[in-house]
Amino acid sequence: MLEQLKDIHRQAVEELDGVADAKALELWRVRYLGKKSSLTGALRSLAALPLEERRDVGARANEIKRDLESRLEEKERFLQQSLLTSPLASQGIDVTLPGRPIPTGRLHPITQTLNEICCVFRNMGFQTIEGPDVEWDYYNFEALNIPQHHPARDRFATLWIDAGAGAKARLLRTHTSPMQIRWMERERPPIRVIAPGRVYRYEATDATHESMFCNVEGLAVDRSITLADLKGTLFEFCRCLFGEERQVRFRCDYFPFVEPGVEVAISCAACDGAGCRVCGYSGWVETAGAGMVHPDVLRRVDIDPQTYSGFAFGVGVERISMLRHGIDDIRLFYSNDLRFLRQF
Amino acid sequence: MKVSLKWLNDYVDIRLGAEQIAEKLTMAGLEVTGIQTLGGTWERIEVGEVVAVNPHPNADRLRLATVELGAGQVTVVCGAPNIAPGQRVPFAGIGARLIDGRTGEAVSLKAAKIRGVVSEGMVCSEKELGISDNHEEILVLPPEAPVGAALSDYLGDVVLDLDVTPNRPDCLSVIGIAREIAALTGESLRLPEIHYEESAESIDSFASVEIAEPELCLRYCASLLTGIKVGSSPGWLQQRLSSCGMRPINNVVDVTNYVMLEYGQPLHAFDFHELRGGQMVVRRARQGETITTLDEVQRTLNTDILVIADKERAVAIAGIMGGSGSEVTAATDTILIESASFDQAAVRGGSNQLRVQTEASVRFDKGLNSDLPLPPLRRATQLLLELAGGKGARGIIDVYPGKSEPQFLSLTAREVERISGLQVSAAETIGTLRALGFECKESDSDSQIFVSVPYWRSDIKCSADLVEEVVRTMGYEKIPITRLSAQLPRQRAKLSPAQRRSDLRDSLRDMLTGFGFQEVLTYSLVSLEKLERLSPRRKLEAAPLSVANPMSREQEALRTSLRAGLLATVAHNRRSGTAGMRLFEIGKVFSSRGKDLPDEREMVCALLTGARSEMSWHGEGEVLDFFDAKGTVENMMNRFGSKAIFEAADDETFSAGRGASIVIEDERVGVVGEVHPSVAQAFELSGSVCLVEIDVEKLVTKITGAKQYRPILRFPGATRDMALVLDDHVSYRSVEDIIRSTLLVTQVILFDVYRGEQVPEGKKSFAVRIVYQSPSHTLTDEEVDRNQQQMLDRLRQELGATLRAST
Ligand SMILES: [Zn+2]
Repeated sequence: MLEQLKDIHRQAVEELDGVADAKALELWRVRYLGKKSSLTGALRSLAALPLEERRDVGARANEIKRDLESRLEEKERFLQQSLLTSPLASQGIDVTLPGRPIPTGRLHPITQTLNEICCVFRNMGFQTIEGPDVEWDYYNFEALNIPQHHPARDRFATLWIDAGAGAKARLLRTHTSPMQIRWMERERPPIRVIAPGRVYRYEATDATHESMFCNVEGLAVDRSITLADLKGTLFEFCRCLFGEERQVRFRCDYFPFVEPGVEVAISCAACDGAGCRVCGYSGWVETAGAGMVHPDVLRRVDIDPQTYSGFAFGVGVERISMLRHGIDDIRLFYSNDLRFLRQF
Repeated sequence: MKVSLKWLNDYVDIRLGAEQIAEKLTMAGLEVTGIQTLGGTWERIEVGEVVAVNPHPNADRLRLATVELGAGQVTVVCGAPNIAPGQRVPFAGIGARLIDGRTGEAVSLKAAKIRGVVSEGMVCSEKELGISDNHEEILVLPPEAPVGAALSDYLGDVVLDLDVTPNRPDCLSVIGIAREIAALTGESLRLPEIHYEESAESIDSFASVEIAEPELCLRYCASLLTGIKVGSSPGWLQQRLSSCGMRPINNVVDVTNYVMLEYGQPLHAFDFHELRGGQMVVRRARQGETITTLDEVQRTLNTDILVIADKERAVAIAGIMGGSGSEVTAATDTILIESASFDQAAVRGGSNQLRVQTEASVRFDKGLNSDLPLPPLRRATQLLLELAGGKGARGIIDVYPGKSEPQFLSLTAREVERISGLQVSAAETIGTLRALGFECKESDSDSQIFVSVPYWRSDIKCSADLVEEVVRTMGYEKIPITRLSAQLPRQRAKLSPAQRRSDLRDSLRDMLTGFGFQEVLTYSLVSLEKLERLSPRRKLEAAPLSVANPMSREQEALRTSLRAGLLATVAHNRRSGTAGMRLFEIGKVFSSRGKDLPDEREMVCALLTGARSEMSWHGEGEVLDFFDAKGTVENMMNRFGSKAIFEAADDETFSAGRGASIVIEDERVGVVGEVHPSVAQAFELSGSVCLVEIDVEKLVTKITGAKQYRPILRFPGATRDMALVLDDHVSYRSVEDIIRSTLLVTQVILFDVYRGEQVPEGKKSFAVRIVYQSPSHTLTDEEVDRNQQQMLDRLRQELGATLRAST
């Protein structure tokens, strides 16, 4: 019996030497240490032996079992080690092979920019509201101090639904400012909202002009809101979107529904303010039109301009996206060429 | 508006550089969009006088010109045909920077020997000076040009190009801009002094004016000059007009233009002898009345258009353009000068109807005050007497039915601060307003400032306008930067439908991009033809809302569906070689509601076509098909926690039998299907194209509140696989419905659909894995078998299913 055990031990040790991988090792384990192995069989048959022999054989068998178990452990460690250190072993992979292509979806750059813009204003407490693309003349013009025959209408080349004039004429909104009126008609101060949306112009397209683009309107009305608050709000906005290094300029401009009126520009990133094609050689790029809500507009929606004041602004999303990404042709946005869209 | 700094200097001392002036004007609301410097590089170029021209000894085409420079004479070789003794000319000495006439490049002039004669300098053409492209002739200066003076002193100038906003017609004039500069730089304004002698004969004995439409013509002023001589204007006048971009014509027209640029008031000169009878009337045109205007275009008028007429005919379109019949010509000796105030809307309407814009109409259509016409009329009369001779008739015709009331406003320094956040004193407020021409008086009892608005500022109507005047003149850069400190508006506990829609839109975007879809944004305006392509019959069910004045056929109507835009996008990208595509758009579609605003509904549309995955060494994917589209929808609905049912449905865009409605809680919220080959073909597409369309407005009503937690089943489940044989027409959903309604079934997975040798003709086999699980205990085989048997019985009885195999 002891002789038999010795043979098993020798055979197992010899065979283990030849084991080169995990699979062979598992087979070896089953053969020599498994439930059906001869060693287990030997231990199981101990009961049949005389007491004296049983002790000797049992002790020997357990000794061999422990020895084989420790050899198994050692071999396992050795195999794992060699797997880690020899890349050219049959188990290795060429990690430079390309991965499996996963379909990738992206948001349109306009959506991305719009999200960023809305996020900045949301953090300043502005809620997002929306309104119709097709508007009454009243909301788009009349209520914003641009009656029929007002020369400022020249600055809004309009696409009309109804050719006939009058406040009941329908048009494609030329800006998101109608939302100022729609919102103030139903809400009382304090008001703090932004209204993103598509706007339309009767305009031939070129590298800097589109017939459709995306605007974000902003409006804040309360007691004691000042032009300085507008400056703070829009400077913060420009800083968040364009970084600390860009300068921001606040100059007087004219929009009939605000007074005083403001144009906000940032120093051109392409030329660092020295003047180039991007900024029309002025060193500045317009990013927003803004101002204090005109008292006539407030009065029209029954908000007392003696008690309340407010500011409004409008930013063009395409313009900001172009500045942020260095895009030089606005027509790229709505041409939806995947070679363009997949860059963002 | 172009304006020369030299000209501005007549009215205000300009002590700052052009760049700084431009910066100040821009900041204050008058944007300077360009600065052109004339003569900035003219060094060693002087005014000379040609004293002799002699033939060149060795060349027929060249001549030798002797030029007097004050400090001495120089003889140079000259090839220009127009050189002649007595001319004042620009003379460039050695070392001068010039533009090479042939190459257009800047060069430094060197002494040269031309055909054996040494030339120490050059008489210059306009091109060589960088003024124009004319290189054929030398530039001949006006005879008063001072010999020996640096050309840059005599001819050099800086011209500012201003973008004047529509509220500031007063700044469509040199004086207006000078007034701004004066206020912005703390200088004072000098206005032209006007006085001239009048003859004994009264203007009334020559002419009369009647205003038939006092609503449309608020004022009509006229002066009359006799015995004038029409000729060309002096050089200084021509130069000033040219610097502002106007072409000199003759002394009479040039003076009216000059004074218009100076004061901003359009003037018109009539040849008085062509005004039959001299009895002028301002009236509406008769329907169909015609007039040939100065540009030699015959125009047909209507009763909306205001004209100036003599006894017989219209002689000018009021505020827009004069008629050629009474044009000032070389033969003219008596002129009537008009300076009038026409209604802004009337001029604007007329100009729009006739599609003609002139220097006059763009000024009138911004609204000029009726107090303006008189000073410019007197200024023009004075200049004409100086430059064209003749006599001025005594007096002026001034018919003034629409006298404007002066505006009085009040303001406090506190109000300036309340609106602008800029702290100012009453004294600063008053000082600033006065510099701009406002008259101010401080109240004795309180801090009110009473302000009288000058007539040229018809844009100032309320105290907010005055606040802007104060702040913009002091400088927007002085406004402090503060954060909004007012309280935040109350947030609503319940989100509005618009907010919920916007949230849903965000999740849809997140999901679809996560599923590998690229977002696109297409135009809201499309061509009707493109919308028609969505149906194989090429017909639209309802007429879309159309634009009355579309830019092009491509953008003539508001889209009623996002499908056309997406299909066209696929076609566009196919052409550039992209094969497999998953695209989506979320946007509005529009449907007409009579005379009301249209219904605007937000939709999401997704499109799948081509290979499922990009070509790679892992093997190419199969072609995207209906079940990719459906899987996308199922995934979305899963994420929203709502259960959608798909029902076979017809949709014109889809192939028959290959489309389905997406139904949630018995309402159809969208469709999914395979695009009809004829529709695909209309968009130049081939192969399988699948499309999903969901109505966001409907979907938003199906997603309610926060998802509710269900306890996780902790006891192990039991799995049974089986293959059922069914008639071909039995839908999978009817099978799954029965399986799912079986007690303890928690999961059903269809893992094979088979038709072929193993199943009879007209039948199919579904291989299904079913998981049973109990919330309260570990299931025994007996329990599972019992339920499985009940389920099979129902499947057999209700659907005629037979069991092919099971484990
Ligand atoms: Zn630049």
